[in-house]
Amino acid sequence: MRYAYYTLAFVVVLLISVMGFRGLRSSRPPIEVFPDMDRQAKYKPQATSKFFADGRADRPLPVGTVPRGRTVNADPAFLRADDFRYAGKNADGTFARGFPGPVTETLIRRGQNRYTIYCAPCHGALGDGNGITKSYGMALTPTYHDDRLRSMAEGEIFNTITYGKNTMFPYADKLSPDERWAVVAYVRALQRAGQATVNDVPFEQRGGLK
Amino acid sequence: MSKIFPKSANALPLQILIFLGVLGVVAAAGITYYATPAYLRVGYQPVQPVPFDHSLHAGQLGMDCRYCHASVEKSGTSSVPAAQTCMNCHSIIKPASPLLEVVRKSYETGDPVPWVKIHQAPDYVYFNHSVHVNRGVSCVECHGKVNEMTTVYHAMPHSMSWCLDCHRNPAQRIRNPEDVFNLNSAPLAAQGPAGLKTAEKFIHDWKVKPPQSCSGCHR
Repeated sequence: MRYAYYTLAFVVVLLISVMGFRGLRSSRPPIEVFPDMDRQAKYKPQATSKFFADGRADRPLPVGTVPRGRTVNADPAFLRADDFRYAGKNADGTFARGFPGPVTETLIRRGQNRYTIYCAPCHGALGDGNGITKSYGMALTPTYHDDRLRSMAEGEIFNTITYGKNTMFPYADKLSPDERWAVVAYVRALQRAGQATVNDVPFEQRGGLK
Repeated sequence: MSKIFPKSANALPLQILIFLGVLGVVAAAGITYYATPAYLRVGYQPVQPVPFDHSLHAGQLGMDCRYCHASVEKSGTSSVPAAQTCMNCHSIIKPASPLLEVVRKSYETGDPVPWVKIHQAPDYVYFNHSVHVNRGVSCVECHGKVNEMTTVYHAMPHSMSWCLDCHRNPAQRIRNPEDVFNLNSAPLAAQGPAGLKTAEKFIHDWKVKPPQSCSGCHR
């Protein structure tokens, strides 16, 4: 009987030495013990496809595609027919000034949130062009705090976010049109803050400010 | 006539039963330890086509997760970025690095970078990223401290019981909505009794009702 226990102990030691412990790093794909319908004949987002030549299950949209089941009358937004809101332009093609909707605190805070994620790495939290990328070689990021950018039309800033400019790439894939307007509003807030004086701070909140 | 079995054989049936019992316990322990996702999935660290370093980008540089995984708040899927996202910076920064050859090629041709998927839920699981991150469940709860990983690995088991641990008691895991993408933040419950109270208030105010029925996640 003793030998049965010795054998068992040996098998356990063998198993542990072969299998190791939980959490060990391995580049082998996980084993699925009961693979019942774990992998089904369907596409999930960003999956691979053997059917399409480029191997992508996600298909690029053909130019001019519109969503099904919506009409211009019920939802004008989906055709993006509003030049001001979706292109930042006036009817004559010049860049529009002002905003397509009301500028509220919510909009500016939304802009701040988006700005911090997508713009601050290069443009810096203050909009001075000293983001983290500057120390890694992104040398040409301009500051917002000069007259050229202070007087730039809001529509042109919107257009820059949409299509990029010089070394800046387009951000239309990351920021929806309404989010872009929120960012424009926050850029304006940053520019205003850059010119602030102590007189802009309510007296009771000045504290130690001089 | 001599006896066929020695006297000690009388105890043998009992000893065999005890041994089988021990064997059963060892086998059960072994299966629990080795045949569950905590062993099978945790630690999966595939070799990626580009040696992207999350600890550099998300940790050292302090970039937000959403800079690249932009759809995570808006859609069920947390998208893997297109090569253009990399080129936003890498057209200027290290533009000739051989490590980025695959990215540059993808940007020029439009063919995707063949990233290897690490966290792969079974196809009968319908997990939605946006509903979690918009209700105070941080990335770190399911993906571990990616901001400290040089090469990303599967850090959590992602077993069904592990999902249910949180679905049954979300107050322990919920973060302040501002901290969801800050992987170094602590859950509210870890910030003392006041934090737990905030978490419970958040669950009430935001109607956080994680489903525990099958159809919540399986359709």
